[in-house]
Amino acid sequence: MPNILVVEDSPTMRQLISFAIKRIPNSHVIEATDGVDALKKLSSGKVDLILADINMPVMDGLKLVSLVRGNPAYKGIPVIIVTTEGAEEDRKRALSIGANAYLPKPIQTQELIRLVNTYLAH
Amino acid sequence: MEKETGFVGKAEEFLQMFKKGEEFTKELLKENEKLRYRIAQMEESIQRSADEARIKLYENRIGLLEEDLNSLKKRFRQVEEENKDFASKYIEVEEENNNLANLYVASYQLHSTLDFSEVLRIVLEIIINLIGAEKFAILLIDEKTNELVPVSAEGMAVSEAPKVKIGQGRIGSVAKEGESFFSDDLAGAAELNPLEPIVCIPLKIKEHVIGVISIYKLLTQKEGFTNVDYELFNLLAGHAATAIFSSKLYTQSERKLTTIQSFLDLLKEKPRK
Repeated sequence: MPNILVVEDSPTMRQLISFAIKRIPNSHVIEATDGVDALKKLSSGKVDLILADINMPVMDGLKLVSLVRGNPAYKGIPVIIVTTEGAEEDRKRALSIGANAYLPKPIQTQELIRLVNTYLAH
Repeated sequence: MEKETGFVGKAEEFLQMFKKGEEFTKELLKENEKLRYRIAQMEESIQRSADEARIKLYENRIGLLEEDLNSLKKRFRQVEEENKDFASKYIEVEEENNNLANLYVASYQLHSTLDFSEVLRIVLEIIINLIGAEKFAILLIDEKTNELVPVSAEGMAVSEAPKVKIGQGRIGSVAKEGESFFSDDLAGAAELNPLEPIVCIPLKIKEHVIGVISIYKLLTQKEGFTNVDYELFNLLAGHAATAIFSSKLYTQSERKLTTIQSFLDLLKEKPRK
């Protein structure tokens, strides 16, 4: 059963992403409201993939990605960034820090599911 | 001598008979050869006619198989068409499903609270995350002044959003007519003009307009509106209006209740002194 950590400060987006992810058979969604909350959730159970927003209070998504990549226990977990920042430089920055994929909002559910399935299969 | 002549005659007679026998045998051999040849011819003819019958049979079978093949090819093409049809229907259903999920989430979130500021935050979230707007403002009608007053904004300060009289300009007209406005040029002007939104949606409870959502800029990656965006605008026009209106009333009544309660507490305390 793949555990997918959804890191989003917006309850609307969290619910929408969870809705989409639940369509992946046997998947389980773990929700976190910011980067710090995400790190807590990472330490408390097995996570197979992280979906993270960039703009969040307390700790943003880019900081979370760099911390995940710097931790030997989590560095192998694929991270997909889901954000309103659609500029090419934002994408390049996120990918250079260690994100595996970059999905600008508003999200296309099929594309999100396709990406999640791709990285879960890795 | 007579005896000798008789012996010679008999020998000649025998010789004659032998010659006749030889001739007869030769004739028999010839006849035999002719018959063999005839038999061979007949056998060949029988073989040929059997082959022809077999070829005809095969030809018939090939014909039937070709018919079957054509009918299978036709069926295959039909099934292929049906598959394409199913695939496109599946995509449509998937898309519809996703759209419904978006609408459900938006509606669920809008009615999940009675806190006015929380409702405004949810409306902002929906417009940013589900529609993909970067700069926009929510304006509500002030019943006392009959003006649209900005109460919340994203990508710009609330103070940057205009106060507009009902019926005045594009925003005021949307509030007056209750009809949404969509600009042909969604890219909008480079400079922010708070009076010229690219999209303006009235917030309506039935036919009563309580405010508008004024969008000035979309996210860079948002190139245009899809069907679900228009559905979301419709949903916002109705559900956001109801959520904003009811939460506003609830917050006001809560405030009044607190005031009355404090007043009652004060009255109760007085006789003790």
